[in-house]
Amino acid sequence: MRKVAIVGAGLTKFVRRALETPKELSFEATKTALDSCGLSLDDIDCVAHGSAPDAFDGIHQKGEYLADGCGGWNKPTMRVYVGGATGVHAVVHGWHHVASGMFDLCLVVCEEKMSNAMPHAQGFFLTIFDAITERALHPNLLWIFALEMNRYMQRYGYTKEDMALAAVNNKRNGLLHPSSQFKDEITVEDVLNSETMAYPVSRLDVSPVSDGAAAVVLAAEPVARRLTDKPVWIEGVGWTLDTAYWATRDLYYPRYLDKAARMAYEMAGIREPDKQINIAEPYDPFDYKALHHMEGLQLSPRGKTVELLRDGHFARDGNLPMCPSGGLLGVGNPIAAAGTMKICELFWQLRGEAGERQVPGDPRLGVAQAWGDLMQVSSVVVTGI
Amino acid sequence: MNKRVAIVGIGCSGFRTTSTDLSYREMIFEAATKCYEDAGGIHPQSIDSFVASSEDFMEGISIADEYVPDQLGAVLKPVQSIAGDSLQGIASALMQIQTGQQSIVAASAFSKVSNLSHYEKVAAYATDPAYVRPLKEHPYFIAGLEMNRYLHESCSTREQCARVVIKNKYNALSNPRAVYGSKITTEDVTCAEPVCFPLGQFDISGHLDGAIVILLASEEKAMEMTDRPIWIKGIGWATDTPNLDSRKDGLGSALYAKLAGESAYKMAGIKSPVNEINFAEVDDTFSYKELQHLEALNLCGFGEAGKLLEMGCFEPGGELPVNVSGGSLGIGYLHEANGLQKVMETALQLRGEAGKSQLSGVETGLAFAWRGIPTATGTAVVLSNRL
Repeated sequence: MRKVAIVGAGLTKFVRRALETPKELSFEATKTALDSCGLSLDDIDCVAHGSAPDAFDGIHQKGEYLADGCGGWNKPTMRVYVGGATGVHAVVHGWHHVASGMFDLCLVVCEEKMSNAMPHAQGFFLTIFDAITERALHPNLLWIFALEMNRYMQRYGYTKEDMALAAVNNKRNGLLHPSSQFKDEITVEDVLNSETMAYPVSRLDVSPVSDGAAAVVLAAEPVARRLTDKPVWIEGVGWTLDTAYWATRDLYYPRYLDKAARMAYEMAGIREPDKQINIAEPYDPFDYKALHHMEGLQLSPRGKTVELLRDGHFARDGNLPMCPSGGLLGVGNPIAAAGTMKICELFWQLRGEAGERQVPGDPRLGVAQAWGDLMQVSSVVVTGI
Repeated sequence: MNKRVAIVGIGCSGFRTTSTDLSYREMIFEAATKCYEDAGGIHPQSIDSFVASSEDFMEGISIADEYVPDQLGAVLKPVQSIAGDSLQGIASALMQIQTGQQSIVAASAFSKVSNLSHYEKVAAYATDPAYVRPLKEHPYFIAGLEMNRYLHESCSTREQCARVVIKNKYNALSNPRAVYGSKITTEDVTCAEPVCFPLGQFDISGHLDGAIVILLASEEKAMEMTDRPIWIKGIGWATDTPNLDSRKDGLGSALYAKLAGESAYKMAGIKSPVNEINFAEVDDTFSYKELQHLEALNLCGFGEAGKLLEMGCFEPGGELPVNVSGGSLGIGYLHEANGLQKVMETALQLRGEAGKSQLSGVETGLAFAWRGIPTATGTAVVLSNRL
């Protein structure tokens, strides 16, 4: 298997309402990523990009519209799409381009602009449900994630306070991130006292609505070694999609992530992920999801995650830092771009370039994950130096 | 090419102008079942990965990726969607096999365009929201402009475009999957009501419902699974800018097709496409597109396609048969499934299973798909029945 490395990364600021167009956001991330490794667009062989529903931007065939902002004109350009998991999956998609031997340098770009939706992006999620069996009930995402959160808490006897701990951890980490859309630290009480959206989900259990873009540059081994002294290797990739009939599944455990993670670990030759991995960037659009996903990633025993969180195991200076970037809760959640932001974080952390956010102890192996669709898909990328 | 990949299974369903009795998921189930049967009765559990190609607005579902796994037998398997033409889906499947992580990958796509009451309104959402959409024109006006410019630059004629329609609709009469086959005359085409001048009603391919599933496998697996593998020799795709006013070679060009073709030929080791390709299934969403694409794909010189067509070169008995299946003008236009339809027809010819349309002694074929108005994205693939 051909070795592939990340050699550059770029990120826009995550904001609630960007004045830039989707193309301009993509351009900014693309330019920053290329500049970070001293490349120009002419050096790039292909573009693998991602963006979540077309409905956010109100543009049919959004990939075509975004193509030139991503540098993807007069080049092979292909958009991949797996709902919320798109951000991490676009890197898997880019890995396919380079690892196949077809291309040497691939630009991966993800963009999302959710503020175009008036009054709120949540409205578009009404159209993700089965037209016959579900849509008539007018469900939205908060509604079904409330079911999942409830089931997860009930299974292990967790409380809302336990879940809020994850929000506090990630939001505190995010305060140090230059792209974050937040400025204030929050407490468990703040989370518990925030407005109930759909019980047990309160406002501060949820990541915000955001605009932003992120990009990374992938290179084949010889090219990567020429470009940088510190390539961050893609050691393993995995992805899995579960049935669309989500009501037929037990929601307490993400079995799709279990499979995806095992696929990635097998490729990376990792036998004991909880001992071998130094940094985890689980997908955290909701606080409970960060914990739920730590279990799916085999980084925490089922039902013991809150205990480990309380013991500081997942803090920045703990044994296995969880979301040192701040994650979606702490930085922001421009859907596809948020996943790629996690990959950017692994790139900076493993190279020791994360500044104030740097995880101590010379981390060597990290994992990033994103999740989406009807609580049914996960993509996992393991990186190492 | 570092690792050989073959088409080992083909299945399709639908190919009707409307299908009120089936959901698209049922259509895909039928196509997938036929495909797996065609590949020697493989169980979907033995397939490593799945790639679907779709666009949300065409399905009326946001995050259409959600509804991919069940009907393909892909639950809890690696599945991803490409928001692009299904020939790009084939490219993704091919790359997955070449990484060595996967050995057998299924590619699927469908069109259920009969569910749409106003296709042109959906297509309008693909145009630039600031500069083009506010004009509130039928998006086909772009095809009218392109056709005008192409005819002007290449010195091709309106009548030559009509000849494309006549040829493809006639070829379609021999293809059981084609629904728009007929015998028509030049006058029928040129005198038909213009839609966006000079583009007339007959110059536009009709909408079609259908689902297609194609199974790809690595060389080792392909040899075990089938005795009639069709090898993917080369593939290439390219996107030009979506901005109508800043395409490098102007509106009359199909630069995306030129770039895609060049990459595919290079990978396949083809130096002289016109001598090494035996037949081609080339996008003919609009009549002029067939001529424009043939030239861009270097299957003839610029401005020559119309003349060669008049000389009969592109007829089934000619030197380079083009769209023997009937193409989109004769079969119907399957939207994002367009690419898989071209691959299917090319592969069936190479297997010798094209029935009444069968050409004799063909070894290498080209399939090319374009994503339609208003995009400038195309994918070319070279297929062969020889390793």
